[in-house]
Amino acid sequence: MSETPTLLTLRGIVKRYPGVVACDGVNLDVKAGEIHAVLGENGAGKSTLMKVIYGVTQPDAGGITWKGEPVNIANPKAARALGVGMVFQHFSLFDSITVVENVAVALPGRVNLAELARRITQVSERYGLNVNPWSPVHDLSMGERQRVEITRCLLQNPKLLIMDEPTSVLTPQAVDQLFETLRLLAAEGTAILYISHKLDEILKLCDRATILRDGRVVSEANPREETEATLAQKMIGRDFPECRRREHAAGPIVLEVAGLSLEADTPFGTSLKHISLRVHAGEILGIAGISGNGQSELLDALSGERPVSDKNAIQLNGAAIGQFNPLQRRELGLTYVPEDRLGSGAVASMSLTHNALLTAHRRGMVRTGMVSYRTAREYAARCIREFQVKTPGTEALARNLSGGNLQKFILGREIGQEPKVLILAQPTWGVDIAAAAAIRQAVIDLSARGVAVLVVSEELSEIFEICDRIAVMAGGRLAPARPVAATNAEEIGLLMAGMFPGAQAAENTASAATA
Amino acid sequence: MIQFPWRLVPRTQPSARMRVLAPVMAIVLTLLAGCILFASLGLSPLAALKVFLVEPLSSVNGVSELLLKASPLCLIALGLAVGYRANVWNIGAEGQMYLGGVFATGLAIYFHDSGGPWLLPMMVVAGAIGGALWASIPAYLRVSFHANEILVSLMLTYVADLLIKFLVYGPWQDPAANNFPLTVSFSDNALFPLFASFAGEWLEGTRVNVSLLITLVALPLAWLFMQRTFAGYQLTVAGLAPSAARYAGFSSRAAIWMALLISGAAAGVAGVMEVAGPLGQLNDRWTPGYGFTAIIVATLGRLHPLGIALASLLMALVYLGGEAVQISLQLPKAISLVFQGLLLMLLLGCDVLVNYRVERRRAAATAPVEIKPAEIKPAETSPVEIK
Repeated sequence: MSETPTLLTLRGIVKRYPGVVACDGVNLDVKAGEIHAVLGENGAGKSTLMKVIYGVTQPDAGGITWKGEPVNIANPKAARALGVGMVFQHFSLFDSITVVENVAVALPGRVNLAELARRITQVSERYGLNVNPWSPVHDLSMGERQRVEITRCLLQNPKLLIMDEPTSVLTPQAVDQLFETLRLLAAEGTAILYISHKLDEILKLCDRATILRDGRVVSEANPREETEATLAQKMIGRDFPECRRREHAAGPIVLEVAGLSLEADTPFGTSLKHISLRVHAGEILGIAGISGNGQSELLDALSGERPVSDKNAIQLNGAAIGQFNPLQRRELGLTYVPEDRLGSGAVASMSLTHNALLTAHRRGMVRTGMVSYRTAREYAARCIREFQVKTPGTEALARNLSGGNLQKFILGREIGQEPKVLILAQPTWGVDIAAAAAIRQAVIDLSARGVAVLVVSEELSEIFEICDRIAVMAGGRLAPARPVAATNAEEIGLLMAGMFPGAQAAENTASAATA
Repeated sequence: MIQFPWRLVPRTQPSARMRVLAPVMAIVLTLLAGCILFASLGLSPLAALKVFLVEPLSSVNGVSELLLKASPLCLIALGLAVGYRANVWNIGAEGQMYLGGVFATGLAIYFHDSGGPWLLPMMVVAGAIGGALWASIPAYLRVSFHANEILVSLMLTYVADLLIKFLVYGPWQDPAANNFPLTVSFSDNALFPLFASFAGEWLEGTRVNVSLLITLVALPLAWLFMQRTFAGYQLTVAGLAPSAARYAGFSSRAAIWMALLISGAAAGVAGVMEVAGPLGQLNDRWTPGYGFTAIIVATLGRLHPLGIALASLLMALVYLGGEAVQISLQLPKAISLVFQGLLLMLLLGCDVLVNYRVERRRAAATAPVEIKPAEIKPAETSPVEIK
């Protein structure tokens, strides 16, 4: 590909934010017709770099050339005029209007809708996107919405298409379909910048990879000559840690949910419909599914943040705990590591000692209403020691810890309470690879000691790595769990799209997966 | 749209030291503003400030008056700070103070001729109950109907004011008062003893009384509650991170109730200090404004007991200074309200600058950009760069 012209060149891009250098002299060359991965952990500077290219933010230093000409991309409008399109991780579509209307609102002047719809159909057919311009957006699955966003970009004939973490909301089947489209586009000469931290996707799809770490380019690689392990090694700067599995020997049922139904408490929430599950002692049950299919409602009901009226719907070692609040449930041995670790799992402006007190106060930290800060400090120190939390000490503020270190601290705090059941929500979301491996290992070790563990995660690879059984949530329903050895990503993907008995709620997701 | 050329950008990590120093800066700026104010009235600023801030403290009597005013201010502000730490904004301490005074007055009138040494402690308890009851109305409405406690507690202050007027014009009016709207003067059993009555001649003529001891006991208790009890910790978590409190299972209802009942009771006791102290009765013009000033005291004291103690002394001095300039310089007494207002405004301004920095808007963001609207072409004409 060396003879193809270079489309976009970045030289020495520097972008500082208060306290961090997000990009520190980044160079990048993108050639026409290539699928170019930008790979890096959370916080490596990928998103900032894309914002610079799309004109969302201005670099503090460095230059951009487009087809050999120096350019100044002042805003996204200027970027689009050059021929740069971007599909964001979070879509920007209005739910209540149709696809063609959504495309029209972003265009200047009056638009002939029928004419526009014809073009949408043309473009979407050409690239196998299968977008019906007259569908209301609220009827579309996440995969379909993403294809609307891509179609909207393609209407402007981009020379460069930026895809920011495009697969986080897709089923495995929808991912394959997306890759087909991207390959077709590349074959026609469109350059694609593919932002991701998922190594398998990059191996499968990309021609070239630029690897970022701490705001710098650490390596350029040809994915065809790499493996997941070598790519990961380049991305994190050391060997890719792997988890040790243990023999699965399930004990008696510890946590049982039977026929749990719960109305959504927000207009955009998902109601839970007759959920049943069992977690045995010494077992890790994984709940897979695309976010927004009822996971947060299920977690609220299990943790006690939203007690349910039917007390028998949730049972812990035979005790009906449906109506208990989180304090009472923790009393019985149910602890919980929430998804939002800096807002819910810890108080950002408090020290680790104070944060130990948040849930572990039963462990001798409160006597006759008075707090023993000495005990709390010792407990925090033990969490830091046993889980290798990188921090100056127990008096460091929670907000000054990195995501991975704070997560290790919270996990340590919950495990230190010697629970019978541990519930984890997105345990390694936004966590660096080394910390993620340590967290997964700690969870596996905990279950080996006979604790029942429930993991809710969007990362299918994580669920396959650590869980014994997998259940899938779709449209507020839960498919029956199946042993991890007896299933595969293909089958789980179909379940994620709602293809199981009684899950009629998610037909449109299903069509996304099968179309 | 017209754009202001400067904008505020949040600081990633506001300096803890500046947060503590902000009140000091606000005080200095208030003094400067005071100098300008006095100068514009044709007075020598330094001489006027001396009358305002130094002369009130130049006598034993002045110090006694300072403590007499600072004590209820400090007590109310301690109660408010407990609530403010939990993000429960009780603005109606003034009304809760009135109810404390009313409850204590009821006892003082009922046992006017039959009282004993037990009467005063009972009045203090009754005052605390009265203030807490008045604060329980916004607490109940907030917990049950999500009614905003700021509005409800504030509006109830005016209801409390009318309640006092009804009582002193009606059932509780002193029959011997020639139709003046006031109650009987309390018996000695219903009054806080003056320090002057047992502490010797050097306190001769001063009005400071033993109710000061209540505030002196409340200060370390408040510190202990906020810093060392689990209940205080739960309130702080509820204020700093409501979703963390929910996750931990701390009841937000309990936090609202506790915050309002504590601040209401503290304000109620402050009301007793007044009616059973310098007032010695209840009348229709009893509106010292301590309940509102205490909001400034709590904010200026950074919600910390030590800071609140210092801030209450300062605000009491501003009250006395207002009276002093009225007498010596014939300025309106409202000057102390002007100083209070200046101090609060400047403090809030300093706090903004502690949390935000001022940045000039970038030229690029405001300059018009010359870009042609993106054209829409059918996909067929899409140019292919390479083959």
